[in-house]
Amino acid sequence: MAEQAVTGYKKWLEGVGDQGVFFSGFFRNLFRGGFEWSEFVRQCYEIGYRSMMLVGITSFIMGLVLILQLRPSLLELGAESMLPKTLAVSFVREIGPVIIAIICAGKVASGIGAELGSMKVTEQIDAMEVSGANPLQYLVVTRVLATAFMVPLLTLIGDAIGLAGGFLALNFTDDISFKLYFTKCISALEFMDLLPAVVKTVFFGFAIGFVGCYKGYNSNKGTESVGLAANSAVVTASLWIFVIDAIAVQITSILFYR
Amino acid sequence: METAEKHIEQRKPADKNEIVVDIDHISKSFDTKNVLRDINLKLKRGENVVVLGKSGQGKSVTIQCIVGLLTPDNGTVKVFGEDVSQMNELQLKELRTKIGFLFQSGALYDSMTVRDNMEFPLTRIKRLTDQNEIDQKVEEVLDGVGLIDAIDKMPSDLSGGMRKRAGLARTLIMQPEIMLYDEPTTGLDPITSREISELILHMQQKYKTSSIIITHDMECARITADRIVIMNDGEYIAEGSYEELEKSDDEFIRSFFNQTK
Repeated sequence: MAEQAVTGYKKWLEGVGDQGVFFSGFFRNLFRGGFEWSEFVRQCYEIGYRSMMLVGITSFIMGLVLILQLRPSLLELGAESMLPKTLAVSFVREIGPVIIAIICAGKVASGIGAELGSMKVTEQIDAMEVSGANPLQYLVVTRVLATAFMVPLLTLIGDAIGLAGGFLALNFTDDISFKLYFTKCISALEFMDLLPAVVKTVFFGFAIGFVGCYKGYNSNKGTESVGLAANSAVVTASLWIFVIDAIAVQITSILFYR
Repeated sequence: METAEKHIEQRKPADKNEIVVDIDHISKSFDTKNVLRDINLKLKRGENVVVLGKSGQGKSVTIQCIVGLLTPDNGTVKVFGEDVSQMNELQLKELRTKIGFLFQSGALYDSMTVRDNMEFPLTRIKRLTDQNEIDQKVEEVLDGVGLIDAIDKMPSDLSGGMRKRAGLARTLIMQPEIMLYDEPTTGLDPITSREISELILHMQQKYKTSSIIITHDMECARITADRIVIMNDGEYIAEGSYEELEKSDDEFIRSFFNQTK
């Protein structure tokens, strides 16, 4: 029992060390010359454009459902007119970034984990390395930067679509014009609602890309490990999103809402 | 414009006795399993050495130690007289540009076409920018392995033999001085295996490379080997030409040759 615990602890420490080495390798290659622009653009397309539909549908439904859920409570308080404001603030500050990041963790982190895992299994990463090319620069730096760049963009788009979903739900029950609804939403938001939310999504994107790359790049050489890498990437990236969110909320509260 | 042939002709005349790879008493273990035990191997310039052995005997580990993908627990691996384990990142990268490594699966980058696979090392390692020069090199090397018609195909559209040819072309495009083949004929039918073996020999003569070929295919060994080393349980147990080893009385050695009869 004690031996198992020691072995587990050793493995955990080795994992932390590996991640540290991978992290430093990422930064060393980030500032090295010969940035792979074409691969970066391709990854932005793969990660951003190809996730747009999923993010759009989910955000729309989230906005719609939130209005339907909030309405009875606010109606009871006689604060029905606060619905657009409540939705806008909660969606832009918290729900949009976290939900969209979780969706990206599911789609993008697993995709990167599986892709790099299968490249590892089929010896493509080794082939790149023994040819004298730099797989970290080509595969990892481009993917991590692309996720860090695209997740904030997806979040902004998702926020707008989520508010549109809220409008549709409100229109079922209340007679409100599109112009009035969006005026109420926008007037409820301040720049300081948007800025921390966007900044934290950059970190969410970084975590998604980094975890996906780390899990795939360091997977074992068996077909089973591809599935494990993908699965583990989703779980770890999702966990990191909540940890980063908790830290970001604390920092935002101290800086902006005191 | 410089062609591959011209470039190769410019190489210094081969000193047939020059040792290009010197593996000296290396051992390697994974957890509790000793994969390599006190292995010694010398590869001379222009020579084709075949390492024969059953699967899982550490043959691939040996060549992975040569390119620094793995580090031996004991002993040294010297390539062109330099100890691989003592090299820094830059020196290792420089060394790897002189070594071609053909993986068992071909290891083509599956998100790229055959053309992009060929261009990858030229633009990333040789830093070529002239598209005409790149196109010429790509077409020349693909023509050499008989794959010019598949230039714009994706790796998933290629057969196993074509993938091996494309993998070989991608390593040869860098004009390496040493070629390491990891089971080049595994998973192929006998006719394609023979074609690949003949291609290896032809390419070795054309590009004047020194090669280590890991295999358990006796036909491949017969066609390509100047010298054969037989490995069992992480140790080298016999060495000689195909004809010499064929006459061996050792039951284990004979078992390899019996499969061809």
